[in-house]
Amino acid sequence: MPKRGNAPIQGELLQGTLDLLILKTLALGPAHGHTIAYAIEHRSEDVLQVEHGSLYPALHRIEDRGWISSFWGTSENNRRARYYRLTPEGRKQLTEQTNRWDEIVKAINRVLRPA
Amino acid sequence: MAFSKFLRRGRWDDERARELEAHLAIEIDANLARGMTPQEARDAARRKLGNTTLVREEIYRMNTIAFLEALIQDLRYGVRLLRLNPGFAAVAILSLALGVGANATMFQLLNALRIRTLPVAQPEQLAAVRIAGDNPNRAGSFNGRHAVLTNPLWERIRDRQDAFSSVFAWASPTFDLSAGGESRPVDGLWVSGEFFNTLAVRPMLGRVLTAADDRRGCTAPPAVISYGFWQREYGGSAAALGHALTLDGNPYEIVGITAPGFFGVEIGRHFDVAVPLCAEPLSRGPHSYLDRNDGWFLAAIGRLKPGWTVEKAAAHLRAISPPMFKETLAKYRPEDEKSYLDFRLGAIPAGTGVSSLREYERPLWLLLATTVMVLLIACANLANLMLARATAREREIAVRLALGASRVRIGRQLVAESVLIAVAGAGAGAVLAQWLSRVLVASLATQNDRVFLEVAGDWRVFSFIAMLAAATCLLFGLLPAIRATATAPGDAMKAGSRGTTDTRERFGLRRVLVVAQVALSLVLVVGALLFVRTLRNLVTLDAGFAQSDLLIAVLNFQRAGIPDVRMPAAHADLLDRLRHQPGMEDAAKVRNVPVGGSFSNRDLIVGGVARRESVNFNWISDRYFRTMSAPLLAGRDINERDTATSQRVAIVTESFARVFFGGQNPLGKTFQIDEPPGTPKPVYEIVGFARDSKYNDLRDPFEPLVYVPATQNEPPGSTLRVVVRSRLPITQATSTITALAREVHPSIVVEFRTMQSQLRDSLMRERLMATLSGFFGALAALIATIGLYGVMSYMVARRRNEIGIRMALGADRREVVGMVMREAGRLLGAGVLVGLVASIVAARAASTLLFGLSPGDPLTLLTAAAVLGAVAMVASYLPALRASRLEPTEALREE
Repeated sequence: MPKRGNAPIQGELLQGTLDLLILKTLALGPAHGHTIAYAIEHRSEDVLQVEHGSLYPALHRIEDRGWISSFWGTSENNRRARYYRLTPEGRKQLTEQTNRWDEIVKAINRVLRPA
Repeated sequence: MAFSKFLRRGRWDDERARELEAHLAIEIDANLARGMTPQEARDAARRKLGNTTLVREEIYRMNTIAFLEALIQDLRYGVRLLRLNPGFAAVAILSLALGVGANATMFQLLNALRIRTLPVAQPEQLAAVRIAGDNPNRAGSFNGRHAVLTNPLWERIRDRQDAFSSVFAWASPTFDLSAGGESRPVDGLWVSGEFFNTLAVRPMLGRVLTAADDRRGCTAPPAVISYGFWQREYGGSAAALGHALTLDGNPYEIVGITAPGFFGVEIGRHFDVAVPLCAEPLSRGPHSYLDRNDGWFLAAIGRLKPGWTVEKAAAHLRAISPPMFKETLAKYRPEDEKSYLDFRLGAIPAGTGVSSLREYERPLWLLLATTVMVLLIACANLANLMLARATAREREIAVRLALGASRVRIGRQLVAESVLIAVAGAGAGAVLAQWLSRVLVASLATQNDRVFLEVAGDWRVFSFIAMLAAATCLLFGLLPAIRATATAPGDAMKAGSRGTTDTRERFGLRRVLVVAQVALSLVLVVGALLFVRTLRNLVTLDAGFAQSDLLIAVLNFQRAGIPDVRMPAAHADLLDRLRHQPGMEDAAKVRNVPVGGSFSNRDLIVGGVARRESVNFNWISDRYFRTMSAPLLAGRDINERDTATSQRVAIVTESFARVFFGGQNPLGKTFQIDEPPGTPKPVYEIVGFARDSKYNDLRDPFEPLVYVPATQNEPPGSTLRVVVRSRLPITQATSTITALAREVHPSIVVEFRTMQSQLRDSLMRERLMATLSGFFGALAALIATIGLYGVMSYMVARRRNEIGIRMALGADRREVVGMVMREAGRLLGAGVLVGLVASIVAARAASTLLFGLSPGDPLTLLTAAAVLGAVAMVASYLPALRASRLEPTEALREE
């Protein structure tokens, strides 16, 4: 398992990135915090390790902006859990932010690998 | 949005806690499923999740407004501290409430009297027209509280001025509602046609008066009544419109009612009935002022045209003045004529209305200064208490500082307590002020002078109280807080453990505060004594006549239909009958009852030389001096042989003899009244010599006074004023006189008052000053004494150890008491010294309000210092005694 260390998420870019990943995960359907954490790890093929605790402030922040909403539900193994779902505004943000991400990556690539 | 979340931040936190619990549970389930032991599963899950407290705190911080959060924390802490110490809280809040309440009361009264504008549209556009100059030397007859203009002058101003879009004249007579018998006075207004239009006052019902109602010679004029009168007399019934109203025996038709908020233009009064100015002759009959060039009774106010300022209006009025005064010249003596022709009109802002109550302005400012001092003393006292508490917590604060708390944070916590006290005190003070100011206004009213002063709090009062709260808070809260946090933690922790004596430096501030308190309260006690002694001097002074058992009856014959020539006979007839009623010891007619508000004076020619000073005149019947219990010193009383055609005679007073005859016996000497050219100057022979008597004002020194027979050239008038000496109960005496008047003619209106109540009412201002300054002085002395007691108790407590050692080494109780008392004496002495100097300076501001003593009166200063000193020494004796009862072994064993 290629582990990049449990470096805490820090800095504006990384923080924004976590938000984007959460939005993308929720685009597939409602999920609770635990699921979101594992989904991100899985889909990044374990490259991105999320410290589970740091997920919640991010969720709170995004909900505050109105991009996701939350409700209490029952998990697969019958536990009460707080579920999050994307709002229409969140869906719009996901598209916008994804585009922006692409631009940033392109821009950075242009700097790193000049043609 | 952020704020609503702030309010729900506690619930949010619970929610997060549950969510994190759930996360943990799911992870543990997953770990168990992977085959871990329960213990391993739990540990691994916790590791994966990280520090949940940190997560929750991060989210909590996102939800909160940091500044507000800390503030609430500090305030909660403050409430807890106050609850722990209810005695301290009560004393602190109560003393502040008294201080703030007294201040707010004075401010509220000043605001109502001086600062607040009239409740009409755009009051700042209003300007009053008057003769320019501070005290124009006018001759003639004056009537009413605001006798500024004559009607002939007013009519010219109305017709010729260009500065105002509209302008009106008004006077405030007292009308009589009764048909005869005992009078029923109502507060009236004579207003010119543009009154309501200029003020932009709309009627609540019916209509207001207009220019069409005010036509010279009107016979059945309309009347507009105030809301209050409408409620009182008609129970608020709409049927009042069209109703007939009898004022001074003349019918008026009620055509309108004004809204509740409108009281006229005079601050401190409420009008009941407003009628057109053209109705003045209906009330005054042949003595109407409307065509009198020397009859002053009107005041005028105009609304400035757009773009005009008061200065510009004043200049305009000045420019159009000369012909007006030339055309309205009355028959004056040459020098009066000259000054009349030199008069010019002017204008002053009238947005705050006019008021005769403004004689109270200076006393009120002075009282406000007094109450500010009371508040300062209270603040000094609180600061001292807070310092003591801060010292007691010295070690706690040192520990917190050592652990890394910031100075500002701890200081803020200490100040929070002060904020709470200040807010609670100011709140209670504001409530107190509402009540106090009402009581005060009520106490300003007298039998003949009803006062309505709207003292309801407005934004000015509110901001004043808020300012007071903030200032007090700064004064008593900030200094101790800075002081408490400025200690070096190490020192404080070392020093507290086994202290022997406080350092001089630490204790210095508290000493200064006590000295300041003593000094300030001495100033207030001196002030109180000055005013109390002023009142005493006035109450006990010899007015020149015996005040008790003296009844004043004012009988108005105007509606009896008696022609002027027969009026003196009718008066004499009634007086004669009155004297024969059982129980009436004596009675006499007098034109101007002493201190009754009316006065007359004349210029004299003595020994052929015209004298510049005016001399007070009074017209009396025989037996006046016996009725007043002021027997003549020499010569004879007026008698029935002094008639309109006999030799003019006069009785003069001691002061008259002194001023005009160098103190010689005046009997047999003569003088003339200086009349305008072309009028005979009759010669009066002095036949009687009377004691000095107060005339217009108890505060005036004795002045020359001439009594002449009412039968000889008294100015005509339908009012008979009688002084009656009788030991009958007052109600019996008044009903006897009322019945007698009715017998003579049913339309005669009678008004009564006793000489004592008249004199008492004339001293209202002094009574007010004496009562209030006495109360504040006592309050200040009390607070300062408590302060001294507190500091001495505290000093004794801090020096327990030292005193214990002294006693163990052989000091006896007397020495310990002496030691404490010497310390108290030093503080007191310093305070008294500073206070005496401050008192002498401060009393100068009050000098015009004093009577019969100088501002620096040594006896007053000494008495004040002695009283304050004695009380303070008693207060410090208690802690001294406590110190001397100390058990040395116990004191040393402690700590």
